[in-house]
Amino acid sequence: MAEYTDAVHANVVHEHKDHAKEHLREKHLMLDPLPRGKMNEMVMESMTTTSWKFWVVFGILSAIVAGCLFYVWGYMISEGLGVTGKNRPSYWGLFLVNTVFWIGISHAGTFISAILRVFKAEFRRPFTRAAELMTTFGLVQAGFSVFMHLGRVWLAYWLIPYPNQRMLWPNTHSPLTWDLLAITTYLLSSTMYLFLPLIPDLAMARDRSTGWRKTFYKILALGFRGTEGEWTHLRNAMTIFAFAIIPVMFSVHTIVSWDFAAATRPGWNSTIFGPYFVVGALHSGMGAVVMVLAIVRGTMKNMKYFIRGEHFDAIAKLMLIISMAWAYFFFNDYMVQWYGGDKWTHQLLHFHEAGPMGWMWFAMLIFNIAIPWAVLWNQKWRSTPWIVFAVGLLINVGMYLERYIIVPVSLSINRMPFTWRLYYPRVEILLGIGTLALFIWLYMAASRLIPLIPVWEVEEGQMAHELKKFGRETVVSVSELE
Amino acid sequence: MIRPEEIKLSADQSGKWGMVIDQDICTGCQACVAACAMENNISFVGEADSGYGRSMHWIRIERFWEGEYPEIKMTPNQPMLCQQCGSATCEPVCPAFATVHSQAEQLNVQVYNRCVGTRYCANNCPYQVRSFNWRDYKRPEPLPNQFNPDVTVRRRGIMEKCTFCIQRIHKAQDKAKSEAREVLDGEFTTACAQACPADAIVFGRVDDPESLVSQLAHRNHGVKHLEELGTLPNVTYFKGG
Repeated sequence: MAEYTDAVHANVVHEHKDHAKEHLREKHLMLDPLPRGKMNEMVMESMTTTSWKFWVVFGILSAIVAGCLFYVWGYMISEGLGVTGKNRPSYWGLFLVNTVFWIGISHAGTFISAILRVFKAEFRRPFTRAAELMTTFGLVQAGFSVFMHLGRVWLAYWLIPYPNQRMLWPNTHSPLTWDLLAITTYLLSSTMYLFLPLIPDLAMARDRSTGWRKTFYKILALGFRGTEGEWTHLRNAMTIFAFAIIPVMFSVHTIVSWDFAAATRPGWNSTIFGPYFVVGALHSGMGAVVMVLAIVRGTMKNMKYFIRGEHFDAIAKLMLIISMAWAYFFFNDYMVQWYGGDKWTHQLLHFHEAGPMGWMWFAMLIFNIAIPWAVLWNQKWRSTPWIVFAVGLLINVGMYLERYIIVPVSLSINRMPFTWRLYYPRVEILLGIGTLALFIWLYMAASRLIPLIPVWEVEEGQMAHELKKFGRETVVSVSELE
Repeated sequence: MIRPEEIKLSADQSGKWGMVIDQDICTGCQACVAACAMENNISFVGEADSGYGRSMHWIRIERFWEGEYPEIKMTPNQPMLCQQCGSATCEPVCPAFATVHSQAEQLNVQVYNRCVGTRYCANNCPYQVRSFNWRDYKRPEPLPNQFNPDVTVRRRGIMEKCTFCIQRIHKAQDKAKSEAREVLDGEFTTACAQACPADAIVFGRVDDPESLVSQLAHRNHGVKHLEELGTLPNVTYFKGG
């Protein structure tokens, strides 16, 4: 805006000011309000406009889910886990890697939605829903992966504390029992947290649709009419959930990390695993959010209005900070373990870097640290969707490798050198692809059924934002609505 | 409904069982491995899966070589089996209570029909002596005619491990009880100890100071593996005596 301060002519100044305003409107969603009702129409249109390409991809994904997930899983249940690549030292393989990975993906949803809501970060408004959907669908995949892992999955209900005649309860000493309870709590609370802000949008969709959609939204909207009392109740509920779900989110990945940290194994028995895993989860989760946003923006109608460069810029800044935090925890964990002097830990750390899977270790560091640090410092690159998408993808690959190094690579080395053996996944790969396909399938189905953009939240933000003049500068200000 | 505190242990049912293994006289003949597999109905895994690290033997003979070729020195044979830890790391991590400590025999027992197959116990075992039923393995003829009726046959998806031949312990205890006496030292032994041609494996009551096993165990040069982890193993090894 420096160019117009030097201008002499009043007209020129005025014209340039309009230019500056236009520029701000283009850049910021919050300063670019539309006529009343227009946004609702755009969101409805994005839901109902489905091209043939959607159905082709949807069909392919359905086939992958049926083949790779359900058929292969059925085959694995009937044959036993011998069809996987697991063996004596690597009793846990890709299924646990996938579980940790999907729980990590699910963390970004809550992080963006709840933490940014609590801190009133305005850029969150258009994509809270897209992130919350990731939480719920990611947890579904984590659940699938952990059940695949069981040797006798048909008896999995024994892990649930239910009253029974023999007074047999789950073992509360076991981190896996905590895990099950934590994941269930997180799934239930994140689903409710997804549903609450959805109610006004469902009511909006109900009023603007006909046929089966009308019935569908009518049931889900729970008779929401938008009275002052309803809004007050909804706001209170959302505030309570936003605060309450944050400790749940931290506890889930901490407890997942305890599956490893509570074991007496070299490399696993580390006190820093709790926060290290939480930061790692956010790292992969943020990467996944930008990937989803880039795809939604590129493929769905009217989304270029809602999701703009500023949003990629804001999330990419968070990605950069989280990458730094992850590097800090990684270094801390590595250094303290190395100086601990335990010979088995030394052996394991050496195996990580210089063993046959050493390329993974270096790839992890490049994807998780080097690439985000090299790319995300530049605002222009941060605002370009495809660049942020690529960085997010690489971060997810890096975080997947990190979990792979922690689970099967660390398991191949133990205190009994006679049993050392490498692990090579077999059908786990197909099942992993199956969970990925199911995640995308659920997301695509949801994008046709529920409004991906929280319209009320965007409109509320736009009402609260205004341009104020301080001297000759035009400044964006936010008024407190709540 | 029986509550745990109502279970009364009679004196003749309790006891702390232990083992001594002399690596200096072990010839590595693997007779213990074969005897154990026959006694405990261990699955016949086959060559392919065994080669992939899925052999299910409850006892294995470990041997290493030290130094660089051609100056190689073989280490003594080391039979490795469940150490029946007093403070076992496998027990607290099982979410289903399938891996528990028995009050009566002071052993770690695996409840096969309670196991759901999370395999956490096997990860957490520092001795890596637990074996998992990766498949329902077929037994080639004539092995199906050779089953021990005292031992459960396990199906796929279940963890299993050495039990110190708990079926033999119970049989001896029942016999002694019917004759109104204590179990005598050396009256019975485990399958591996029975099959050992060199008598390198000795089994018995370690809480009885008169028994052969506790006298051997208190000799000076016995070591317990990975004792520094605080697992309180019940198997003592002799090497270089």
